[in-house]
Amino acid sequence: MAITSIKNLKEFSTNNDRFEGAHTLCPGCAHSMIVRELMNCTDDNLVIASNTGCLEVSTAVYPFTSWDTSWIHIGFENAPSAISGAEAMHKARKKKGTLKDGEAPVKFVAFGGDGSTYDIGFQWLSGAMERGHDFTYICLDNENYANTGGQRSSATPIGAHTSTAQAGTHSYGKKQKKKDIVSIMAAHGAPYVAQLAPNKWKAMAKGFQKALETEGPCFINTVSPCCTEWKFEPKDTIGITDLATDTLMFPMYEIIDGHELNILYRPKNILKVEDYLGAQGRYKHLFKPENKHVIELIQKNIDDDWAMLQRREEARV
Amino acid sequence: MAVEFEVNEREVWDGNYAASQAMRQADVDVMAAYPITPSTPIVENYGAYVANGYVDGEFVMVESEHAAMSACIGASAAGGRVATATSSQGFALMVETLYQASGMRLPIVLNVVNRALASPLNVRGDHADMYLGRDSGWIQFGAFNAQEAYDLALCAFKVAENHAVRLPVMIHQDGFITSHTAQNVYPLSNEDAIKFVGEIVPVDDMLDFSRPVTYGAQTEEDWHFEHKAKQHKALMDSMSIIDDVFAEFKKVSGREYKRVESYDMEDAEVCVIGLGTTVESARVAAKEMRKEGVKAGVVAIRCFRPFPYEEVREALRNCKSIAVTDRSSPGGAMGAFYNEVAAAMMTSQSRPLVTNYIYGLGGRDISIENLKTIFREQKANADAGYITTDIQQFTNLRGPKLGFCKTERN
Repeated sequence: MAITSIKNLKEFSTNNDRFEGAHTLCPGCAHSMIVRELMNCTDDNLVIASNTGCLEVSTAVYPFTSWDTSWIHIGFENAPSAISGAEAMHKARKKKGTLKDGEAPVKFVAFGGDGSTYDIGFQWLSGAMERGHDFTYICLDNENYANTGGQRSSATPIGAHTSTAQAGTHSYGKKQKKKDIVSIMAAHGAPYVAQLAPNKWKAMAKGFQKALETEGPCFINTVSPCCTEWKFEPKDTIGITDLATDTLMFPMYEIIDGHELNILYRPKNILKVEDYLGAQGRYKHLFKPENKHVIELIQKNIDDDWAMLQRREEARV
Repeated sequence: MAVEFEVNEREVWDGNYAASQAMRQADVDVMAAYPITPSTPIVENYGAYVANGYVDGEFVMVESEHAAMSACIGASAAGGRVATATSSQGFALMVETLYQASGMRLPIVLNVVNRALASPLNVRGDHADMYLGRDSGWIQFGAFNAQEAYDLALCAFKVAENHAVRLPVMIHQDGFITSHTAQNVYPLSNEDAIKFVGEIVPVDDMLDFSRPVTYGAQTEEDWHFEHKAKQHKALMDSMSIIDDVFAEFKKVSGREYKRVESYDMEDAEVCVIGLGTTVESARVAAKEMRKEGVKAGVVAIRCFRPFPYEEVREALRNCKSIAVTDRSSPGGAMGAFYNEVAAAMMTSQSRPLVTNYIYGLGGRDISIENLKTIFREQKANADAGYITTDIQQFTNLRGPKLGFCKTERN
């Protein structure tokens, strides 16, 4: 199914049922939207590996599974290694002629949350990217260890409250800047990396298709708002994502072959970051007078990053 | 098609080379590995086969042993033949994934060249890594020389991939003493080897898209227990299939293997039971003891998991005093091997005396004289009718004698 044939969101969201709805993700969780989009944007056979995390624990609780395709979970950190092994096996069996259908196209995809991608599984991901396996890694970035109840990760932004980087009388929450995983992956020499968001579903599907069609290791970071830990109403997931992309807290862009950066979404009206922060409970302490400087810092970081992305796009670097 | 690698009827191979040749002959589809002393040459040799077209499979050089076993799991779930090799710290790093491989019932073959575990750092051979894997749900074979490292590696594929078993298998050999000592090895011809191992017939193949499979699901208190019980049953039931594979291997090679090997045990009153290269030393010591009039014998464990309790009991039936030799730091208990043998003999009619000798840690040699001392102590026990020493003693250790625990039996 080519992306050009998609007329509307309804058609797109109902045309494929390889990811069954009967999972136990929180109502309002963006993970399932992102996963469905990935599985809807190709008709090829899929082998999927998942790191331990919200997606994994909510979609394969014996005797049930949401995955109507080949799926494997080993541990917290090693989905990239599992998919490396499966991809290598496909090559070997294709060469030896031991596959049931050797001609059918197969795509290899690994999913991880930000905990497994940025932190505990960072080495496994880096190894698989360096080896150049033909696969796509998708990070479902909800900026915290949501599956274990909302602890900090290296994807948690400055100022956010988490259970292990708490806001209190002596703290404004997390002190460190979010790790720039997209640049790190681009620096591996990956042919395609991108940062995408589920509110811009057409751009996201296009990015997924590009990654699947590109030979070699591709990486996509997706923002996945977490109503449970970010503290907003489940009905507001897409609205929060709109604020994330329109404040440029979460800019959408791609980097091809490590040196061709394209911005994928330019908000008509760039909103102030207060609009995004104010919509979530995890940032509510920032609106106390003593934390005003943190909001200013976050805004400055956004402005600097956006300027950098535009300079890179213009300079084609 | 792979370039033909010619093998002679008799080769001079070390244990590492023997293991890598078995991987080549078995036509492994994916070898994912990370090198570590002393098993590094297995991976390097295989790399040379890849570079020169002697194998058709994929060779995935990953960034750690944890990733190596993880990639093996992904590859095995994708329906082909998978093998790797490791030692010591690398094995320790793999441990998380060893449990996952066996829990998913994947027939992966792992060559383990045994080496001590740090700290202190040590690259020499002891069995600390092997015992670390004892509860991981893998079948564990023990090879005592290069020939056996080759033979048992071929048998390992056939056992692991049997549909009644579907469990991963480790083949252990002693670091350096076996892995780096060149010996005469009589390999099967390439044709006979692949004919013996056979073609893998995958179960729950991730690359068969007509029947999607989910690997690595979660189970809590409602189902976890049943899964683990079923896995344990498969492991216990694998004993008869291992026997069948060994019998079939004898037909093609003339070499006979048993899960428990006995040497000079027909009339033995005292014996050493051991694993690894020490078995051959103990056999020499036993023969010398017989010249002194001591009816000494040796029992060796070929298959440490599933543990052959009944066969051990049978082999030790007429023995009065038994020395169980553990080449691993016991960590506040009797040695792991001692506990298995003691459990087996506790349920025997004869209830012999069972003693524990900790020896050879970090590659410390055990001499024929050390082993003869052990036999003499068993003779003294047999004559006295009780254990005359501490139940657990350290052999060939510097400084004053070290031993623990007295017997209550007189």
